Amino acid sequence: MIRLTRRYLFAASHRLHIPSLSQKENMDLFGKCANPYGHGHNFAVEVSVKGPLDPKLGRVVDLAALDHLVDAAIIQPMNRRDLNKDIPEFAKELVPTTENLMAVMMDRLKSVWPNNFPHLDRVRIYETRKNTFEIQNI
Amino acid sequence: MLITRRAEFSASHICAVPGFSPEENFAIYGDEASPNGHGHNYVLEVVLDGTPDPRTGMIIDLKNVKEILEEEVVKPFDHRHLNHEVDAFKTVVPTPENIAIYIWDRLKPHFEGTNAKLALVRLRETDDLYVEYDGTLI
Repeated sequence: MIRLTRRYLFAASHRLHIPSLSQKENMDLFGKCANPYGHGHNFAVEVSVKGPLDPKLGRVVDLAALDHLVDAAIIQPMNRRDLNKDIPEFAKELVPTTENLMAVMMDRLKSVWPNNFPHLDRVRIYETRKNTFEIQNI
Repeated sequence: MLITRRAEFSASHICAVPGFSPEENFAIYGDEASPNGHGHNYVLEVVLDGTPDPRTGMIIDLKNVKEILEEEVVKPFDHRHLNHEVDAFKTVVPTPENIAIYIWDRLKPHFEGTNAKLALVRLRETDDLYVEYDGTLI
């Protein structure tokens, strides 16, 4: 296995709440994450792609192309945004937990992933330094 | 059980295919092809796999691992220009992928016939980019 991992940073706010529940019920469920005006994190996303290695160029992926793709699909749209209000996937029922954010990011990445790109092997999201979410062997 | 030993070296490099024009190399590697080179603080993590010796309680004496990394990686690479001062990179492009493979090839013989199997090398070029290699290129 030869695998390259690239890290991307973005900052965003979110509020965990289910619109059909009362504020008290939401607080019982999500604690301080349901505070009415939301809160923010410095998120980091690691995108890992697996070989083969191009022996002549000595690389597994066109890094500029990968950066452009990830930036356009998930970083630019989410950086300095409110996930609940600014990201269409979270506009209705879907709670913007980082688990659900992972699902949204995976959908977005898969829908633009070129056929000639190396295999997307792992996505890992750091919500804070204490909370990490990842999907491997995608 | 896996154990990981870390080593650091600072080195300069140029990512450019010999024989390609500066424009071609810039199109492939971006600023990494800058003709006079540039440097990184590389971080190497070497992962070893083994079972602790029942008497010593150790998989391998980490002091020995430290010495191997010092001889094979830190001495030849630290405060050097990889393209000009490491023979292998006179013809092979010193991308992080190729540096990781080269380090693996240098380290591998040291662990053959020992209790610790070389499982993975992880080379961090910056905080935002790392490559992992386990001896297979797929």
